[in-house]
Amino acid sequence: MLHLFVIFLSAILVNNFVLTRFLGICPFLGVSRRVETALGMGMAVIFVMTLASLVTNLIYNLVLVPLNLLFLHIITFILVIASLVQLVEIVLEKISPALYRALGIYLPLITTNCAILGLALLNVIKGHNAIQAIFFGLGAGIGFALALLIMAGIRERLELADVPVALQGAAITLITAGLLSLAFMGFSGLVKL
Amino acid sequence: MSLQKEFTKGFFAENPIFRLLLGMCPTLAVTTAAINGVAMGLATTVVLVGSNCTISLLRRLIPPRVRIPAFIVIIASFVTIIDMLMAGFFYELHKVLGLFIPLIVVNCIILGRAEAYASKNPLLRSLIDGLGMGLGFTISLIVLGSIREILGSGTVFGFALLGEGYPLFIVMLLPPGAFIVLGLLLGLMNRLRKA
Repeated sequence: MLHLFVIFLSAILVNNFVLTRFLGICPFLGVSRRVETALGMGMAVIFVMTLASLVTNLIYNLVLVPLNLLFLHIITFILVIASLVQLVEIVLEKISPALYRALGIYLPLITTNCAILGLALLNVIKGHNAIQAIFFGLGAGIGFALALLIMAGIRERLELADVPVALQGAAITLITAGLLSLAFMGFSGLVKL
Repeated sequence: MSLQKEFTKGFFAENPIFRLLLGMCPTLAVTTAAINGVAMGLATTVVLVGSNCTISLLRRLIPPRVRIPAFIVIIASFVTIIDMLMAGFFYELHKVLGLFIPLIVVNCIILGRAEAYASKNPLLRSLIDGLGMGLGFTISLIVLGSIREILGSGTVFGFALLGEGYPLFIVMLLPPGAFIVLGLLLGLMNRLRKA
């Protein structure tokens, strides 16, 4: 139980997917302009990451390993993630139109989010079982959402700040991310895996 | 556009990192040293040229409605080949780049060129486009990798540059350094373009 909590916490804070592993930088820079959109994207990512982590883990351990098809794991993972996102979209539209409207436009974007494929591959590298994969996926998703929300909050304030002309846009966003990453380094040493 | 222009556009005018801001994840993650930039850049270039050529040859056969999944499968096949080749022949580099070799699949530069260029242009042009874009990406990675390596460990490509007494600027090798150096470089590029 403690081990699961360590996996969960370290995915959120110590090895934050965005700020220390550099996964999912594109949506991090692209969708962090407003707090509301960041919240929508964050929720969609938490949902898909937890699900994708479990499903890719099961497929790897129950299909690819017994059939000795490990060399196909990259292709399998990316196709599973793409179809999973599509499936989530269809199911969500039927079951909960309100949630679908809130997350709708962010879902297709998630397919090309390298954090999801990275998560699936990290599960393989770390040799997680299904339960560990769920906690790792949930933690990674929450960590991503947290970084995205903090960034969006800072960027809303940055709009009112007097930024030098040359640094406006992507440049100041990256430098801000650097400072945020520096702050998150304070969490290293919090847990040891 | 002339073939020569197709080749050189990836270097400056449409440089994937500094102008289009594509492929940020590997850019930030692997550039702790110049040599990693070379390895990552060349691996991406091989995948890009391979997928561009294949997609260009198959462009009349792939039904438009399923083109994106088809592109992804083609790209993933090339990535699998590169992953295995590097694990076999360059084991040390493969270990350093780690996760980011399989993640070439989701590098937006590759899918972007497939969708915007290779699916509409003949073989030779697609090959030149892939090569130019790939090398533009590689050069940007080397620039970023060199700056971080010089500041962080006082060396470039492993050669001591700043001497023994240099106080190492360790944060440049850590994740924050990647964000800050790239941000400042983008600012510098903006400044130079205005001047």
